[in-house]
Amino acid sequence: MADSTYPIPGSLETTPRRWSQAAILEWLNSWVITVDHKKLGILYILYAIFFLLVGGAEAIAIRIQLIHPNMHFLSPQVFNRIFTMHGTTMVFLFGMTYIFGFANYLIPLMIGARDMAFPRLNALSFWLTFFGGLLLYYSFIGGGGLYGAGNAPDVMWWAYAPLTERAFSPGHAPDYWALSLIVTGFGTIGASINVIATAFCMRCKGMTLMRLPVFVWVNATASGLALITITPLTAAQVMLLIDRYLGGHFFDTQAGGSAVVWAHFFWIFGHPEVYVLVLPAFAIANEVIPVFSRKAIFGYPAVVAASVGIAFVSLGVWAHHMFTIGMTSAGNAFFVLSTMLVGIPTSIKIFNWLATMWGGKIRFATPMLFCTAFVVQFLLAGLTGIMLSIAPWDWQLHNSYFVIAHFHYILVGAIAFCIFAGVYYWYPKVTGRMLSEKLGKWHFWLFLIGFHVTFDVMHIPGLLGMPRSIYTYEADRGWTGWNQIVSIGGFIQAIAVLIFAVNLIWSYFKGKEAGNDPWDAWTLEWATPSPPPAYNFATDPVVTSRRPLWDLKHPDDPDWHYE
Amino acid sequence: MSTVAVAQATAEQPWIQPSKGRVAMFCLIIAESAIFTIFVVAYIYNIGKSLYGPTPAQVLDVPLFNSICLLSSSLTIWLSERAIEHGKIKAFGLWWALTFVLGAVFLVGTGVEWNRLIYHDGLTISTNLFGTTFYSLVGLHASHVIIGLCMLLVVLLFTITGHVKEEHSERIQVLALYWHFVDAVWIVVFTVVYIIGR
Repeated sequence: MADSTYPIPGSLETTPRRWSQAAILEWLNSWVITVDHKKLGILYILYAIFFLLVGGAEAIAIRIQLIHPNMHFLSPQVFNRIFTMHGTTMVFLFGMTYIFGFANYLIPLMIGARDMAFPRLNALSFWLTFFGGLLLYYSFIGGGGLYGAGNAPDVMWWAYAPLTERAFSPGHAPDYWALSLIVTGFGTIGASINVIATAFCMRCKGMTLMRLPVFVWVNATASGLALITITPLTAAQVMLLIDRYLGGHFFDTQAGGSAVVWAHFFWIFGHPEVYVLVLPAFAIANEVIPVFSRKAIFGYPAVVAASVGIAFVSLGVWAHHMFTIGMTSAGNAFFVLSTMLVGIPTSIKIFNWLATMWGGKIRFATPMLFCTAFVVQFLLAGLTGIMLSIAPWDWQLHNSYFVIAHFHYILVGAIAFCIFAGVYYWYPKVTGRMLSEKLGKWHFWLFLIGFHVTFDVMHIPGLLGMPRSIYTYEADRGWTGWNQIVSIGGFIQAIAVLIFAVNLIWSYFKGKEAGNDPWDAWTLEWATPSPPPAYNFATDPVVTSRRPLWDLKHPDDPDWHYE
Repeated sequence: MSTVAVAQATAEQPWIQPSKGRVAMFCLIIAESAIFTIFVVAYIYNIGKSLYGPTPAQVLDVPLFNSICLLSSSLTIWLSERAIEHGKIKAFGLWWALTFVLGAVFLVGTGVEWNRLIYHDGLTISTNLFGTTFYSLVGLHASHVIIGLCMLLVVLLFTITGHVKEEHSERIQVLALYWHFVDAVWIVVFTVVYIIGR
């Protein structure tokens, strides 16, 4: 390895590690006190995968309960807690952490930096997020409070007032919900500030803003959006706690307060949040699709502009979650039109990906398989989104399983697929070993089939009028067969995710050696050894185009001739 | 493949990027602005919605002296920024101390106002909707003043012990950005609470 010529101590393990007790403690300690962006990135990803499994187990519990009318697998009270925890976990503990896992690990490597702009803030942000998540799950033990009424939060992930007021939710369950999300929210703000400062202030020589990898651009956009998205939720949760603990009246309708205001505040957070989650998924696709199509990304400026455009448009669409709450026609019309506007920048991106693939020499390795499926599924999810943006259609289908199917199409079909692509793509860089392609193919095809069986079919009980969040249903409604198919699809997805988990562990020990650049890729992280040393780059890199490694491999035909 | 030579041709023009401290502080200010926006919107939305008194018109006095103190602290902190840029540490310390005093006067003034409201007028955060929105919005701002004062105090102690030098001027300016933000927010809070809402 070229790196061994640099006499920097501690860069590479040369002696085999002896696993005495002291060595194990020292190793654990090194993960707790670390401020290294790579270690923190790995911690974020492991944390996200852990909560993906937890949230997935909750989803499976929900699907078992709904597989048959009048099931008694979960009691109604437990069912409410489980779907609340499923939503909260998946959005805040899985979704909001995977983005910073990828961003932390990759951005400094991609821009040729030694670390993030603020390494200690980085560690603080991770541990805030970590303990915020623990606090949420501690509610299972501590949430009953003195009243003994309920334990985990059971108010849905949007916690609509006035259900969350003291009179209707005694005990401490909603407090755990609010406090833990305030804590993880502070972690998110810290991490977002760090991502933006890193992307704009730590670039290596020659890395102008128009040469920044799209991944970095899109992540910086998502972080900027997170800054103005998470904070309204924090503010609303502070108001909720004021109501619950100091006797305030923000959402107390009997004292002149308004429950609708909570809904507005929540969705001012809640809708842009979806874009905070999906933009980093786009970022992954933006890296994977060009590399596996053997073409530079089509229309770099358009991709970047569309990402920033999505962030802006997403700020003005929140009330399409509230068409049934009783707004004025002018309000409805505004949010119908603004929501449809989202279709423009997202379509630009879809056409960019298609044009990148078009005429390319596509290699269908596992990351590319996931990204290809992503493009199709994201388009379909967008189409149901346009349907739901039409207020009268939404009046009919609001709160039904059609809506659940729509947003899971984004959250699973787009975001989870891209995350899997990203893990398969960068796992060799992080561990030095390839993930097994064979298990990867099994994972992909099972997950694809399971996904479509579940979420394609789930639209239908929604159209037939099945409301969301019900713990059971009557046998004569005609929903039974559909629910059984949906549940079976869920189980197939669970098997696929378990294969993925096995693959992660097996390949760590037995996987093929990856080398520095297994995919013949173009961004700077592939110029470092796998795994990269603590200092990343032995000398500061200098770049002259968007694809520095292409220039290195093809000095006769460098990219900067064409940019 | 080596970890080194990604260089093709060395770019000769100077490589300048924005200061990470400033970028981070601007990001923090954007995030904080969103929090304040939500509280301000909640205040404006709830003006006149209280079902029972006391009302703002009955109990609120315009805190003119307070506001003048806080807003002029923006001027003094700007003068201290200029002083340290030119290496005048003594002048910096004086202006900085004056900023701290002005901020502290504002905070004491708020305390006096709240004391009167609570013990004389009987308005607490749970009395009515006005009390809830008033104490939370003004209190949110006051808590930011407290955090700002703590940071001002830390720098002041470092200055007194002779640790602040000219090379720290950028960090000082980043911190001052936060203080300017706290002052600017007060203009909004003042307008909403004491002019529109009264």
